[in-house]
Amino acid sequence: MGATAPMEVQRPSSDVRPDLPWLTIVWNDPVNLMSYVTYVFQTVFGYPREKAEKLMMDVHHKGKAVVANGSREEMERDVQILHSYGLWATVQQDR
Amino acid sequence: MSTGFTPAGEGVSIALDSGEVAVLTSLVSQILTLVEPGVTGEDPLERALGIGSGEVPSDPVLARLFPSAYAEDDKASEEFRRYTEATLRDGKRADARTLLDTAEPGVVKLTADQGRAWLRALNDVRLALGVRLEVTEQIHEEMAEMPEEDPRYPALAIYEWLTYLQDTLVRALW
Repeated sequence: MGATAPMEVQRPSSDVRPDLPWLTIVWNDPVNLMSYVTYVFQTVFGYPREKAEKLMMDVHHKGKAVVANGSREEMERDVQILHSYGLWATVQQDR
Repeated sequence: MSTGFTPAGEGVSIALDSGEVAVLTSLVSQILTLVEPGVTGEDPLERALGIGSGEVPSDPVLARLFPSAYAEDDKASEEFRRYTEATLRDGKRADARTLLDTAEPGVVKLTADQGRAWLRALNDVRLALGVRLEVTEQIHEEMAEMPEEDPRYPALAIYEWLTYLQDTLVRALW
């Protein structure tokens, strides 16, 4: 930034940086069925079957997948619903 | 042996014999015993809000049914658990009760909502058995080569049957 930049744009750094988005992660486990996991992604997130299947395959092959992002509160709500269906889900901040 | 679930009108149906109903209700009753109602604090306000313990359950089955919500943040996990586990426990108990109230020998007809409760209840039983029996993703192949005298065989055969039931139920609800 040039030395002549107007002072008023230089706000405290804590004000400038927006909250980083949060993620809902689903982890692979040996019990949950591929059909069931796909169905849960469709039911909980309203994803079309194709997207739900792709996410399920990512979980299956890569060990985990990001299935949603948003505010921390939204992600905690998602994780709670996924736990009600028995999926192994966690929240983390996007880094 | 049951032929699994099929779509029926707005819901689903399945034909079960008395032996199958006995196995299902026995396993689901065990879940109901294991998953006690959410324990909330002494504080009346916390009790009213359903705020409970933040501790990870010591039983590995309960730890799997109620996983920690933050992989690398114990404090955040504890807070999450305090605010959600009692509600989750009540939900799992309600699903188990729906199954116990509707499972009977003959043709069982379920609404879509009841079907989803069965789906979650069957999954909870499979998760519990999966932890106790140390099931891996290769269970189907392992079972094919396992002699029937193997001490794990009877329980794993039930696990496989529950897997089949759950899979047909998903497909019938889709």
